[in-house]
Amino acid sequence: MTHVYAARGGARVVETAGAWTLGLLWLLPLAYAFWTAFHPTEFSTRFVLTAPLTLDNFAKAWAAAPFARYFVNTVLLVTMVLGAQLVLVTLAAYAFARFAFPGRGILFALVLVQLMVMPDVLIVENYRTMTLLGLKDTILAIGLPYMASAFGIFLLRQTFKGVPRELDEAARVEGCGPLAVLWKVYVPLARPVYLAYALVSVSYHWNNFLWPLIITNSVESRPLTVGLQVFSATDQGIDWSIITAATLLTTAPLLIAFLLFQRQFVQSFMRAGIR
Amino acid sequence: MTRATQWLYGWLMLLPAAALLALFTHYPATATLWHSFLSTPRGSRPGVWVGLDNYQQLIDDPIFWQALANNLWYALGTIPLSIALALLMAAWVNGSVPGRGLLRLAYFTPTVLPMIAVANIWLFFYTPEYGLVEKVLSAFGASTHNWLGSKSTALGCLMVVAVWKEAGFFMIFYLAALQSISPHLAEAAAIEGASRWHFFRRVTFPLLMPTTLFVLVNAVINAFRLVDHVVVMTRGGPDNATSLLLYYIYEIGFRFWDSAYAAALTMVLLAILGLAALAQFWFVERKVHYQ
Repeated sequence: MTHVYAARGGARVVETAGAWTLGLLWLLPLAYAFWTAFHPTEFSTRFVLTAPLTLDNFAKAWAAAPFARYFVNTVLLVTMVLGAQLVLVTLAAYAFARFAFPGRGILFALVLVQLMVMPDVLIVENYRTMTLLGLKDTILAIGLPYMASAFGIFLLRQTFKGVPRELDEAARVEGCGPLAVLWKVYVPLARPVYLAYALVSVSYHWNNFLWPLIITNSVESRPLTVGLQVFSATDQGIDWSIITAATLLTTAPLLIAFLLFQRQFVQSFMRAGIR
Repeated sequence: MTRATQWLYGWLMLLPAAALLALFTHYPATATLWHSFLSTPRGSRPGVWVGLDNYQQLIDDPIFWQALANNLWYALGTIPLSIALALLMAAWVNGSVPGRGLLRLAYFTPTVLPMIAVANIWLFFYTPEYGLVEKVLSAFGASTHNWLGSKSTALGCLMVVAVWKEAGFFMIFYLAALQSISPHLAEAAAIEGASRWHFFRRVTFPLLMPTTLFVLVNAVINAFRLVDHVVVMTRGGPDNATSLLLYYIYEIGFRFWDSAYAAALTMVLLAILGLAALAQFWFVERKVHYQ
């Protein structure tokens, strides 16, 4: 893309240098983490090109904590949350976008409250509720507060409102009921928005930490983030190479998915942000 | 469809989401207010009405004031810097810098990582004597310093981590906005003889205002919502120098199990988030956008 105000000559050199300095600064922590994880401990802060590569740190980390179980828990959590969100959010957004019923405005305002008052800050009361419900220390308890997502309802309502009424009416003439119209007309047309929402949701819940830390207490329910923290905090004797390997291990699926589907990720985050 | 069936369909489809929202957002927010006027239940003794005692305790609690001050400094230190960097990054990767794709990747990657992983990596950076920061500084002859262990630098260290993690996230919103600005504007401005800086200040920046507002609100929320790195890197220490409001709530609620006082603290946090919401509405009312 050439632009009349694109930098030229000296300005361009300065700009390139600036952009890359910042880029390297941004890459440095990750590069360092990779170096440490893939080299023996004695090379963790000695940067010599002849340092031998090893996967030992990963093997040791994997053996030292039940990461396999944590992986299963996180995958279960993320799938469960996303599945429930897609159903709940779709129905609610459809109701707000296409049905006239008393209290719609107030109810929508009440939904939007969650954009500011997120479950993340209501930890004390939600802990009490989970205790009352007998759900403490379960994967369901981690996901439950996030399943009705105001953000998702808002996003899909906007999308559904943009669907031409004619398509809706045509389907009804064909004899479709409201739910069939939703399934055959609205959902297919909103597919890119669903993809965007799914990516944002999965990365949010893969990475979520404080609430799972509070509500879980056992290997059976802990997600990766909490497992990683328990692992790196309990054994002070463990060396950094292993902790760094564990850190990379727990983020690997997300990081690999991101590198493979970079464009979709960036576009999804963009789409999700533009209201 | 008759009106009555419209109503019925609307309500029924809303019901599952509304029930969960009520149970995990509206009820806990209201219950927080209620419980902030009660004492903490101990054993079989339920909490009793204590009026404003919890708030009195809050006013007299120097650690609360410190956590609040820390959080405000943290917000002040991270928000403007990460927004400025985000804008700069977006301008760069939107232009014709060599290696644009790679740069965009470099800027954005920290966003995908969990804060807890990021904190682990940076924890190693800051390790006294052994960490990279120390190695680099000692190469320049600086004496060793316990970055996370001393009161003067610990909060700053956390801010660096937050900026590193968030700037790339905000960048993509600016990037999207920049790409939607018509190139004709620049051509017209160039014909008028406007300088590059003048064009940015008078045309681009005002056009980016809605994006800036969106990013700003998100940044404010994140500054008060995300304390994962505090848990991993400092646990609020040394001497509460890095205790942020939510972290303090977590400590009071789940280390000291004082749920009544935690409720009063949560009310302060909710008030701050509410103010952010009001500010957003106020700005939107005043039409900070040009479409």
